[in-house]
Amino acid sequence: MSEYNMHILICGGTGCKASEGEEIRNRFLDLISEYGLEDEVQVVMTGCFGFCEKGPIVKMMPDKTFYVKVTPADADEIIREHIVKGRQVERLLFRDPVTGRPVSDTQHMHFYKKQIRIALRNCGFIDPENIDEYIARDGYQALGKCLTEMTPAQVIEEIKKSGLRGRGGGGFPTGLKWEITAHSPGEVKYVVCNADEGDPGAFMDRSILEGDPHSVIEAMAINGYCTGAANGLVYIRAEYPLAITRLKIAIGQAREYGLLGENILGTGFNFDIELRYGAGAFVCGEETALIHSMEGCRGEPTFKPPFPSQSGYMGKPTNVNNVETYANIPVIINKGSAWFASIGTEKSKGTKVFALAGKINNVGLIEVPMGTTLREVIYDIGGGIRGGKKFKAVQTGGPSGGMLTADFLDTPIDYDNLIAAGSMMGSGGMIVMDEDDCMVAIAKFYLEFTVEESCGKCAPCRIGNKRLHEILTRITEGKGGPEDMDRLSMLGNVIKDASLCGLGQTSPNPVLSSLKYFRNEYIAHVKDGQCPAGQCKALLKYMIIDDKCTGCTLCFRNCPVGAITGEKREVHFIDQSLCIKCGICYEKCKFGAIQLC
Amino acid sequence: MNKITSLADLKKIKDQVQSRIKLRENSDSAETLVQIKVGMATCGIASGAKETMNFLIEETEHQAIDAVITQTGCMGFCYAEPTVEVTIPGKEPVIFGHVDKTKAREIIDRYIIKGELVDGIIPVAFRTIDE
Repeated sequence: MSEYNMHILICGGTGCKASEGEEIRNRFLDLISEYGLEDEVQVVMTGCFGFCEKGPIVKMMPDKTFYVKVTPADADEIIREHIVKGRQVERLLFRDPVTGRPVSDTQHMHFYKKQIRIALRNCGFIDPENIDEYIARDGYQALGKCLTEMTPAQVIEEIKKSGLRGRGGGGFPTGLKWEITAHSPGEVKYVVCNADEGDPGAFMDRSILEGDPHSVIEAMAINGYCTGAANGLVYIRAEYPLAITRLKIAIGQAREYGLLGENILGTGFNFDIELRYGAGAFVCGEETALIHSMEGCRGEPTFKPPFPSQSGYMGKPTNVNNVETYANIPVIINKGSAWFASIGTEKSKGTKVFALAGKINNVGLIEVPMGTTLREVIYDIGGGIRGGKKFKAVQTGGPSGGMLTADFLDTPIDYDNLIAAGSMMGSGGMIVMDEDDCMVAIAKFYLEFTVEESCGKCAPCRIGNKRLHEILTRITEGKGGPEDMDRLSMLGNVIKDASLCGLGQTSPNPVLSSLKYFRNEYIAHVKDGQCPAGQCKALLKYMIIDDKCTGCTLCFRNCPVGAITGEKREVHFIDQSLCIKCGICYEKCKFGAIQLC
Repeated sequence: MNKITSLADLKKIKDQVQSRIKLRENSDSAETLVQIKVGMATCGIASGAKETMNFLIEETEHQAIDAVITQTGCMGFCYAEPTVEVTIPGKEPVIFGHVDKTKAREIIDRYIIKGELVDGIIPVAFRTIDE
């Protein structure tokens, strides 16, 4: 074992590295050899501490002292005071924003830990293929408690009191849904888990099923007990082979232990789970379409009411909840509704898992209390925008959601605030965009997706989205006119109002919200023929910079349409009327003489 | 596996598993038994977690290091896959990011054998349900 008594951990996250992380490390290394401490102190670079606003961060081990906003010049004092004399450098400590007092170490910095892992509690901790590890972490205790100590009505009451709302996007109160299913008359009822996660860029449900499948199984059994259902079905997309494998293993182990099957825990309660595979249609995430798909019919939605809770799978009362919703249930039972309800905002309780993606440094899976702001998510947990670029927007809710601009950075995230802002919670994809993203092109991207995924049953969605997409294509190709903006908003609103299911009712959101918050970008496209972000190729021109062109003829020889003219060792010229914007000249030029503008 | 037929049974199994884990931690080899968890969700596997895990198994065997290597789900640090958590007895778990074979060797040679930390630690910045 090593002789090192102390470690200096320096944040090497992209955010801190940009603010001198490397220099701080070198300074420390110099000083350590100056003081002759090489054998006692080791300097280590770490990943992001998730507190980037206060970076660069330096953490001292083993005493866990946490220094913020450290500069290379501070290294001397830290070595002299902290390491040599054992005294903390107080001016570099973080000050509690409430009390103003310095906080010495991470153990007393709860507010620094922006994340609370409830749904993800076992993800990355247990072996998902070993039921014993789940049991060791209180697994199936909640089911046992419900079956032996609580009546179904009491369990439902507990869920209602917790304030849990559906995590699939809509945010319907879970307890209420359970109650409706429980009260719906019928001998046979079903419990369905919606694992048809279809938003581009979202992978929360997959990760839960791959990392903690038993939590979903346990919650479905609890739901069966509450609603009077003996059959559970997991509708999972076939594109999730690993999640399917782990779920199958987990179901098998639960059966072997008698935690699924007949007479569970000797209480006379019977419950079992089967899998149903989806072919990856986005619309099948909508619960009525999902049910039809499970019945072997076309994956098309039908009008609600009747709600699945009243008449669902095979015409029987069916409780449909999403994976993440279920993953919260055992914790609510074990720790109590009051504990759960103490987290989050007034109308949105608990936490939400987000798949953080796009132009952000720390792409990953995070779980934050409801009410956390976008700024905290993006800058503190996400480590800020990649490459130090400027934040432009964040898209929540995937193709059903809208874009949130910098004005919403300090809005607490919950169901109602997001809807008020013109977006939605969705299942939890969060895609961050920077100044290089063209909002018109992004809206077009999402429309491409919805046009592809529309089931075609109702006209507004089938035809309307197609037209929206055509108009957007026209605009990005520089062929749009100012009247197109009004067309987009009128058509978008009609589709929203007249579509049959959630897919159509939300599909114009990316267009409408970008039109609202980034109107200038649309105007630039249709009036000035420009794409401010430089993304829409058709609106860009390849130009030769006279000063840089050496007349090497390389571009001339490679241009597939003969749009470039020029003599050897003389400045070349691109004929814009012939140019097809293939970009070959741009790639070939060795002197950087061709620019896009 | 025997069926669990009552809540008391379930509790018994929980205690057994927990004490087995404790036993593992307090056994004679407790001073050397290292626990390694490899994040093996789709994201991890796509980034090479399987190769990392195989390498860790082979290398710990080869060097006769007393280690338990298990798979686990996504730790959430997708930007730094593959991720590996190493717990040296008596110390707090440490998560390393971007663990390819080279990094895995460095972790074994420097952290597990010599107890030196190596670059690439991912600070854990979240609360659990028990905090």
